[in-house]
Amino acid sequence: MHDQLIQALRLLPDRLAWHVILSASALALACALSLPLAVLAYRHRGLRWPLLGFSSLVQTIPSLALLALFYPLLLGLSALTKTVLHHGFSALGYLPSLLALSLYAMLPLLRNTMAALDGIDPAVIEAARGVGMTAKQRLRLVELPLAAPVIMAGVRTASVWTIGAATLSTPIGQTSLGDYIFSGLQTENWIDVLVGVAASAVLALVVDQLLARVERGLGASGRAGRAGTRLGLGALAVVLALALSPLLIPAAGGGYVIGAKTFSEQYILAELTAQRLERARAHVARKLNLGSAVAYRALAAGDLDVYVDYSGTLWTNVLGRTDNPGREAVLKQLTAELKARDGVTVLGPLGFENAYALAMQRNTAMRLGIRSLIDLTLVAPSLRFGSDLEFTSRPEWASLQTAYGLKFGQIKQFEPTFMYRALEGGEADVITAFSSDGRIAADNLLVLPDPRGALPPYDAVVLISPKRAGDSRLIGALGPLIGKIDAETMRRANLSVDRDTNKVSPAEAARSLGDSIGLPR
Amino acid sequence: MIELKSVSKGYDGHSVLRDINLTIPTGRFVVLVGGSGAGKTTLLKTINALIQPDRGTVSIDGVATHAIEPHALRRSIGYVFQDVGLFPHMTVAQNIGITPQLLGIDDAEIAERVEGLLKLVALPAGLALRLPSQLSGGQRQRVAVARALAAAPRIVLMDEPFGALDPVSRGKLADDYRTLHRHLGLTSVLVTHDVTEAVLLADRIVVLADGEIVADGVPGALLQGHEDPRVNALFDAPRRQERRIREVAGA
Repeated sequence: MHDQLIQALRLLPDRLAWHVILSASALALACALSLPLAVLAYRHRGLRWPLLGFSSLVQTIPSLALLALFYPLLLGLSALTKTVLHHGFSALGYLPSLLALSLYAMLPLLRNTMAALDGIDPAVIEAARGVGMTAKQRLRLVELPLAAPVIMAGVRTASVWTIGAATLSTPIGQTSLGDYIFSGLQTENWIDVLVGVAASAVLALVVDQLLARVERGLGASGRAGRAGTRLGLGALAVVLALALSPLLIPAAGGGYVIGAKTFSEQYILAELTAQRLERARAHVARKLNLGSAVAYRALAAGDLDVYVDYSGTLWTNVLGRTDNPGREAVLKQLTAELKARDGVTVLGPLGFENAYALAMQRNTAMRLGIRSLIDLTLVAPSLRFGSDLEFTSRPEWASLQTAYGLKFGQIKQFEPTFMYRALEGGEADVITAFSSDGRIAADNLLVLPDPRGALPPYDAVVLISPKRAGDSRLIGALGPLIGKIDAETMRRANLSVDRDTNKVSPAEAARSLGDSIGLPR
Repeated sequence: MIELKSVSKGYDGHSVLRDINLTIPTGRFVVLVGGSGAGKTTLLKTINALIQPDRGTVSIDGVATHAIEPHALRRSIGYVFQDVGLFPHMTVAQNIGITPQLLGIDDAEIAERVEGLLKLVALPAGLALRLPSQLSGGQRQRVAVARALAAAPRIVLMDEPFGALDPVSRGKLADDYRTLHRHLGLTSVLVTHDVTEAVLLADRIVVLADGEIVADGVPGALLQGHEDPRVNALFDAPRRQERRIREVAGA
C-alpha cells in the first residue's frame, strides 16, 4: 500500500501540471468569450435570451459526452485544414478538452456578469453619462468595477466546476488528474482513485480560496479595488500565456505515442509496448484510458502511433461487418481493408483472443441447466443481464439477439470491474465477460459457448499508424511479440493486476509477461 | 446663453414637454419649479443631452447641442444629480476629479483642483480619501457640487440638489452655492419642487405645469400673485409662511 502510494505520487507533478494548465486555460478562454458576450447582451437586450439559452443547453449535456463529442468534430476540422492549408492539428487531448470545458464554464460566467451589470444602480449609470463618459469609459470606469465582485463570484463557481470536470478529459487523451481515477477504477487500485480525487478536490479548494481573496479585494473599493482589478487582469494574462504554451509543444514530442483503452489488459500491453520501445532507446509517450472509438480514430489520424485492438471490434465497429467468416479470414480481410481504407497497418495478432462472451456463475448455470447460449435463451426473460458500458450498443449484441432471440428480463450497465462484482454479489445473473480476463478462472465462471457463431473472433492485434507504417525501429521492437502471447499467459497477467491481494502495477505485470514469453529485459 | 426653441418630448404617446421656448442669459440663476411630473427634470436633462428632445433645438451660446458629441457637451456642463449620483467605488477625490480626468488633465493639476474645490464647498481636506458611503448626507451633496464644478464649467445644472438634507444644512448649502454662483460667474439652472427654496435662490423663476411654462418672472413679482391658479397655488406656501412668521414675530 505504501509502495502504491509512492508510485501514485511520483506521477502527480505531471498530471497536476496538466490539470492546472487545462483548467486555467479553459477558464481563461471561457472568460475571454463570456465577458464580452455578456457586455454585448447588456447593451443589446435581444441577445440575452439566445445566449443564456445556449449556455444552459450546454450545461444539460453530460460533461463526459460533451468532451467526447468534441473529438470527432475537431478530427473533421483537422482533416479539413490538412486538405485546405496542408497543416492539420492534433484533435486528441488538449484541444477538445479545452473547448468542451470552456463551453461548460460559460453559463455561470454569463449569468453572473449579466446579473451584475443589471444590478448597478441606474442613478450611478446616469451620473456616469452626466459627467461626460463615453460608453467605453462608462464600462471601464464604472460598470465593470461595480460588477466585478459578482463577476468574480461567477468565476469562482466556474473554476470549481472546471477543475472537477477536467478529470473527465482522460478518455479523450488529455493527461489530467482523471488518469488516476479512470485507471484506478479499472484496476481496482483505490489508492490511485483516492489520490486523483483528493488532488482535484484540494486544487479546487485552493483555487476557490485564492479567488475569494481577489473577490474581497474587488469588493473593497477605491485604491485597493483598482489594485485588485489590475492583479486579476495580470493573472488572466499570465494564464492565457500558459494556456497557449502546450499548443506550441509538438503533440508527440518526437517520440512514439502509445494508446490504450480503459481496461487492465490494455494498460499491460501498452506498458509492454513502451518497455520494448524504450529498450530500443526510443522516447515514448502514453495516452491511456482512451474511449474505444477514440483510440482507432486517433491512430488513423496520427495522434497515436501504436496500440492493441481486437479483430472483432474492428470488424464490426470500423468496417461495419456483421458476418463471421472465421478467425483467419477476419484477420486477413481486416489487414487488407484497414490498410486500404485508413493506411493503418495491422502488424499481426499477439496470439490470444479477448472475445466478448456471455458468462455466468458456474453453479447458477448448473442449477438452471444452461450449457450454451441456446439453453440461455429459454430462461433469459427471468434473468438480469449485466453488460459493460458499450456492449449493448455494439453490433455484436444485435447479432446475438438475431441469432438466438435473446431477451433478458433486465439489462444494467457497469464499468467492467463492477460488472464482475455484480455477478459475484448476485445483482446480475449473466455478464459480458472478456475471454482473456483472469477473473473468469479466478471467480470460477462458465463462459457460454456460441454454437451459431454470432460473435466474431477477437484476436488481439497490434495496430500501427499510417505515418509509422515503414518505421523499422517500431516494427523491430514489436515484431517479437507477434504470436507469442497465449490466452493463459494474458489471463495470468491480467489477474495479477485485477486481483484484490498482491496487486502489481500494469508496468510490473508487463515485465513479468515479457519474461514469461522469453523476451530479454 | 442657453436657448430652448420649440422643445417637445414625449414617452409612449404621453407628452412630458410641450413646445418649450426658454432663453437663459449668461450669469443668471434660474430655478425651475413645479409639481411632480411637471417636466422640470426632463427639461433640465435636455440641456446637457441626457435626454434628446423629440422636436425643437437646444443651443448654448448659439451652437446647437445636437451638433456636439454628447460626452464632450456634458464635460463642459456641471451637473448635480437628484440622488447625488456619486460613484460608490471611487473616493471623494476620484469622484471630484472624474471630469478633469476624462478631459486628460494631468494628475498633479487634478489633485490641486480637488484640494481647492474641497475648500470651496467647505469640506475638510481629510475627506479626500473617504468613500461616499463614509460621508454624511450633507457632505455628499457638497462633494456632488464640487464634482460639478471640477472642470470649470460655465453652466451648472442642478436637479433637487439639496432635497435630502435637513433644513439647517440645506439653507447653509444653498447660501454657499449662491455665493459660488456669483463668484465664479456661473449660469445656473436648478430644479426644485420647493417654492420657498426657489424664492431664496433664484434671479428668475420658471414655473412648469403639465409640460408647459405657465409663469416666468422674478421671485418678487410671482409672490404678488398670478393669473394662473396653478401658479398661485404653488406660491401660496411661501406667502402663508411669511404671513405666519410676521404674526408670530409681531405677537
